[in-house]
Amino acid sequence: MTAKGQGRTAFAYLAPALLILGGLLAYPIYQLVLISLYDYGQEQVSGGAPLEFLGLGNYRNLLGNQQFWGVLGQTVAFAAVCVVGTLLVGAFLAILATRVRTWVRMTLFLAALGAWSTPAVAGSTIWLFLFDANFGLVNEVLGTQGFSWTFDKWTAFGLVAAQVIWCSFPFVMVTLFAGIKAIPGEVLEAAALDGASAFRTAWSVTLPLLKPIILVVTIQSIIWDFKVFTQIYVMTNGGGIAGRNLVLNVYAYQQAFAASEYGLGAAIGVVMTVLLLGITMFYLRALRRSGEVL
Amino acid sequence: MRRWLTEGFVLIIAAVVAFPLFWMVLSAFKPEDEIISADPVPWTTRPTLDSFTRALTVANFGRYFMNSIIVALIVVFLSILISFLAATALTRFRFRSRTTLLIMLLVVQMVPVEALTVPLFFLMRSVGDSVPVFGLNHLGSLVLVHLAFSLPFAIWMLRGFVAAVPVELEEAATLDGASRFRFLWQVLFPLVAPGLVATSVLSFIHAWNDFLFAKTFIISAVENQTLPLALQVFVKPDQNDWGAIMAGSTLMTIPVLIFFMLVQRRLVSGLAGAVKG
Repeated sequence: MTAKGQGRTAFAYLAPALLILGGLLAYPIYQLVLISLYDYGQEQVSGGAPLEFLGLGNYRNLLGNQQFWGVLGQTVAFAAVCVVGTLLVGAFLAILATRVRTWVRMTLFLAALGAWSTPAVAGSTIWLFLFDANFGLVNEVLGTQGFSWTFDKWTAFGLVAAQVIWCSFPFVMVTLFAGIKAIPGEVLEAAALDGASAFRTAWSVTLPLLKPIILVVTIQSIIWDFKVFTQIYVMTNGGGIAGRNLVLNVYAYQQAFAASEYGLGAAIGVVMTVLLLGITMFYLRALRRSGEVL
Repeated sequence: MRRWLTEGFVLIIAAVVAFPLFWMVLSAFKPEDEIISADPVPWTTRPTLDSFTRALTVANFGRYFMNSIIVALIVVFLSILISFLAATALTRFRFRSRTTLLIMLLVVQMVPVEALTVPLFFLMRSVGDSVPVFGLNHLGSLVLVHLAFSLPFAIWMLRGFVAAVPVELEEAATLDGASRFRFLWQVLFPLVAPGLVATSVLSFIHAWNDFLFAKTFIISAVENQTLPLALQVFVKPDQNDWGAIMAGSTLMTIPVLIFFMLVQRRLVSGLAGAVKG
């Protein structure tokens, strides 16, 4: 087939994909940036008022807004707690999994698979029920009937973080376990022959070999936990009382669809995208530096 | 001795991790008075289907279940077709903008789709003006966005599977007189099936679990809600019918759980990129 013919057939095959991706991914990204530059509220949507170009007005508005900085700080702190918690639990269990017999390990993995595959909304409601003020098992066991876990800002955040860690540690555990298993036995034997202690082997042999995998799961967790929406929305009923449990994602949603400030909501979306792209770039650079091929 | 301790500890952890799911299923089968009792017990002597009946009739979960199934299955079906064709084009043909397209596929995967709710909302609103089925308040809008979100990864992943099929096979098929169309669907398609299984599981789960877009797009058409949305609407502050809520959660979780278990092995082999010729 001629080169031209190849190109034509190729584009015929690609046409449906390009149509969908162009229309429903590329165009909305362009629109997102565009909307964020306008004053786009209820009147503009219904056609009652003309569109007003604000330039960077929405962003200036946002950066001068105390609540935005509060929410941003909360988002970073919440994501940090979730990431650290997920990694610690996942790594700890991955190491334990290498030291037990197969049936014990399979039991653990099966339980983890269950937590992993539970849909976020269902998982959130189960946890809400377990921690319910009056009928929840946790209050019953602790003897604190009537205590509302979702009322106080910090217990609410803690509860959501625990739920997020519950459903995201399995990914870290399974991946790290596979990584540990892939380390050749000879390497560890050589370390033992040289008289290295168990701790020394873990610190100077296993850890460096696992570095690329640890990097992948860390960044992946950061990206996931930075944009948690469902758990916060369902468990704190849309961001908590007076919005004190908001994270960036829920904040953008509330600004756009509850307050009808679509321009502002889009601006928050852009800020979030830029932050995440920054993290991803950092990730790719780090991957390349550790000698990983893409 | 130490191994026994470790194993005991691991088993306790496994029990803790599985406990919320156990509690969900148990509560779904408990009679109502045991659920609202002041001291809940981790068993029941009178299992009943009352909660499921309430969830399916009062809350109309059956309808939402079907809506979720319809959206997820159409997304899977279309994404298989479209990503297979696109992956074939990107691996089997040489053309000028190929590399650019590949890089763009990688880049769009990094965009947080949650940020796109505002523009997609308006897009669906205007699409709905001309084609109502794909507009707001219709399941078509959900199909479209989830298809778009699942395609980049599906194409990216299938590429490896298509590349693993030797080119000689295509030459042999052509020599045997098979048309390009026949080769595509009767030779290549079955050979990349493991990859298709892996990608479709991911697209299915993605569409099935989605809450944000269902919440944004299905505003007033209650009959077109999907399960996650219906479940959230059902959770009311202070006056929850926990039995029915847990029954609904069970209905929503079980398909994913079974799906995950069934394809687990194929998923792993699929993700590892193994194609047996």
